[in-house]
Amino acid sequence: MATATDTRLFGKSIKRREDPRFITGRGNYTDDLKLTGMTYAAFVRSPHAHAKIRKIDVAKAKAHPGVVAIFTGKDLTGVNSLPCGWLLPDLKVPPHPPLAVDTARYVGDPVAIVIAESQEAALDAAEKVKVDWEIRPAVTATAKAADKGAAQLHEVAPSNVAFKWQIGDAAAVDAAVKSAAVVVKKRIVNQRLVANALEPRACVARFEPATGDLTLWVTSQNPHVHRLLMTAFVLGIPEHKVRVIAPDVGGGFGSKIFLYNEETVCSWATRQIKRPIRWTSTRREAFQTDAHGRDHVTDAELALSREGKILGLRVKTVANMGAYLSTFAPAVPTYLYATLLNGVYEIGAIHADVTGVFTNTTPVDAYRGAGRPEAAYLLERMVEAGAAALKMDVAEIRKKNFIPKFENGYQTKVALSYDSGNYGPAFDKLLAMLDYRKFRTEQEAARKQGKLIGVGFSTYIEACSIAPSKVVGSLGAQAGLYESGIVRVHPTGKVTVFTGSHSHGQGHETTFSQLVADELGVPIDDVEVVHGDTGAIAFGMGTYGSRSASVGGTALHMSVHKIKEKGKKIAAHLLEASPGDMEYVNGQFQVKGFPGKAVPFGQVALTAYVPHKYPEGLEPGLEETSFYDPSNFCFPFGAHACVVEVDRDTGKVKILRYLAVDDVGNVINPMIVDGMVHGGITQGVGQALWEGAVYDDGSGQLVTGTMMDYALPKADMLPFYETERTVTPTPVNPLGIKGAGETGTIAATPAVVNAVVDALRPLGVDHIETMPLSAERVWKTIQAAKATGASQKR
Amino acid sequence: MKHTVKMTINGQTQSHEVEPRLLLVHYIRETVGLTGTHVGCDTSQCGACTILMSGQAVKACTVFTVQAEGAKITTIEGLAKNGELHPIQQGFWEKHGLQCGFCTPGMILAAHQLLERYPKPSEDQIRHQLEGNLCRCTGYHNIVKAIQWASENMAGAKAGAK
Repeated sequence: MATATDTRLFGKSIKRREDPRFITGRGNYTDDLKLTGMTYAAFVRSPHAHAKIRKIDVAKAKAHPGVVAIFTGKDLTGVNSLPCGWLLPDLKVPPHPPLAVDTARYVGDPVAIVIAESQEAALDAAEKVKVDWEIRPAVTATAKAADKGAAQLHEVAPSNVAFKWQIGDAAAVDAAVKSAAVVVKKRIVNQRLVANALEPRACVARFEPATGDLTLWVTSQNPHVHRLLMTAFVLGIPEHKVRVIAPDVGGGFGSKIFLYNEETVCSWATRQIKRPIRWTSTRREAFQTDAHGRDHVTDAELALSREGKILGLRVKTVANMGAYLSTFAPAVPTYLYATLLNGVYEIGAIHADVTGVFTNTTPVDAYRGAGRPEAAYLLERMVEAGAAALKMDVAEIRKKNFIPKFENGYQTKVALSYDSGNYGPAFDKLLAMLDYRKFRTEQEAARKQGKLIGVGFSTYIEACSIAPSKVVGSLGAQAGLYESGIVRVHPTGKVTVFTGSHSHGQGHETTFSQLVADELGVPIDDVEVVHGDTGAIAFGMGTYGSRSASVGGTALHMSVHKIKEKGKKIAAHLLEASPGDMEYVNGQFQVKGFPGKAVPFGQVALTAYVPHKYPEGLEPGLEETSFYDPSNFCFPFGAHACVVEVDRDTGKVKILRYLAVDDVGNVINPMIVDGMVHGGITQGVGQALWEGAVYDDGSGQLVTGTMMDYALPKADMLPFYETERTVTPTPVNPLGIKGAGETGTIAATPAVVNAVVDALRPLGVDHIETMPLSAERVWKTIQAAKATGASQKR
Repeated sequence: MKHTVKMTINGQTQSHEVEPRLLLVHYIRETVGLTGTHVGCDTSQCGACTILMSGQAVKACTVFTVQAEGAKITTIEGLAKNGELHPIQQGFWEKHGLQCGFCTPGMILAAHQLLERYPKPSEDQIRHQLEGNLCRCTGYHNIVKAIQWASENMAGAKAGAK
């Protein structure tokens, strides 16, 4: 067996240690759990987008065989509003009761919980709950939410405005626009998406009357955050009497960050009925209630010099918050969006104006990328539109504007200071992979044969490794965004690692053991990674914003360092040497330069727990805890390209090639990073071509409410991806890791849309306002272009 | 009214009284207690509940338990034999064909039938045959690679056996 003493694990594509349980069907997901005395919950939900609750009659439902209890909003006494964890100046925070009391504000808003002896009985009885609804007018469209006469959702938010927020220098942008040779104006709609993690949300809540302990198993990306929000803000029960466990979780993509109504109600209800309760979302409920993503309507202006230098960018965005403010919703279209509008370019001036609006739709919050895909999409569409206006090559305009290489900081026009960047080479590598010049020649030939072939590029920057607590605190975050890492060395020299971040597909059990085994010089099989349990782990902020390896990994790295320092003292004492003369090499503590004068790791571990011959004043035990709070965000970047062919007769888009060059800093496990890039690209392609949540404007019904109606990417819609990397380590953390979870999603959408626009350019198309570029939309675009072309010829 | 059903799951005889409306997937998960078969949707799109029913890859959410009377069923728990992974399972491990693992049991069993139909499938055949199984993590890239790996190694094993 290979040991870490002869091979470095950091940077190796070793197979995942979590896989054996998943490929044999022995995973442990929340819905797999069965407890003695278990009851089952079903929620009664609003079928209307906006309706007053006149009365709820539960008599018939209560009489249904097997029903244990039914609670409505009015029964939830002492339960507070679900909190919003990010407060902007003058943010309107409306009440968000876990069960709607007076008014339901979106289709799916829960109004009652039915608990029964079986899932079937709960569902049957839920259908017998009679709600007397007074239907009210609804508004769902982002651009219409603040219109005069639009239905009003919350008393605290006149005109449905949740916030008005801006960043940048408006006067400087005005001046740039005045001095520009060309100003390109576009409306850009970034449509609403549904995360659709394949495992639906679920929870099991168990109250133990004898001890007063509450255990909540929940599909969470951040169990400590769930516990903190639920205990301190909503239920008012003591945090130390609550244990939250997020076992195997089947994907998150942001949608499992937030504290939701259902786990809150189940945690309250188990204390009433004193029996465990399981609730598992159906997919239809998931579509209606998992926080949605994106949903921006933007008017943008890009000012360019004759030579193609970007002089100014003006952005006005309306961002849909949905019916209530989800946990981190206000941060997404502000600090995670507008602060990224500088991209990888030198831009003379930027100003962004963002209005958040309430509508009768599912709350919107972070979905993979969260704000950063919206920024990249906007900028990359505008840059290509600018190139078209100047009749300049799309690669050339980018190269003209790249920020030159830097190693220690670049101050953008929108508050952020990038860590390190080298954007040109990543793009050049991409052009070489594509053989760009050759492609243009082939494209010319294909066009002559009437084929519609196009290439689209995107470059991107991402702020991840979330996040420096002081910075986010000054911006409105109600939490710190450090991470904890505990390294526990057992008496036998085996190691258990506890991380506050959480794996729901990212492979922490592999990467973190690679990291720790490597640094301690012990075999990887001697390292176990524990995550997802507030009962085991000191504290944690969880996994999102591509933060696990960079923030969580660094916390572990710090703990390993402390272990080594303590180990040196123990070993020095055993060798009768000075701790200052000790070093740790190849799994042993040795006197510097003398491998023969050494104590192996295992012996130091044993000595720490059997401290008979031990340094004076040193505590026994070998366990260290660290909290790492990053000094800055990290900024991965890269360049992607997509080649498409559009079927002229049907509008169907086929992806011929997809190429990606990403720079995520140092990489612990390339196989795992590549896998995340593939998945990310696919979600980005999905937004560009197929996905989109559609609400019926009048009724406010979610039309795309099942997997039959919402088009998720399938295997036969996609090619193999061609992926490469450049490596620009970050100076922010000692591991040089930037973060890799979201890059693909950020980069792919603009690359694909740019490719389709490029393919349609011979027909006179230079922009398509709204995604997805479904066959229908592309076909209509082609027909409209033909009609315009024909009328111009006349 | 309840009905008595009898079937074989992973070589073991199972017999229970069930409601006529009980879906096979819920029978397998809740009654028999084999939780490797997953439920990812309500509309037979996702394929996470795919099992082998008398040799055919079937979405267990599309079958009533009573319809499985007398069937021979293999779930993901029954694929490895004597502690040895099936080449498809091995392929998913080797090629990083899974991330969160939720779609994986269904993917592996869909791949099982795929490789029976097409022992040497083309990339297009693999992609087309997986059309009924959704994965949100991998972009299918490494799932296709995993099945290609399995195809090569199953052929190798068969050749070796001769």
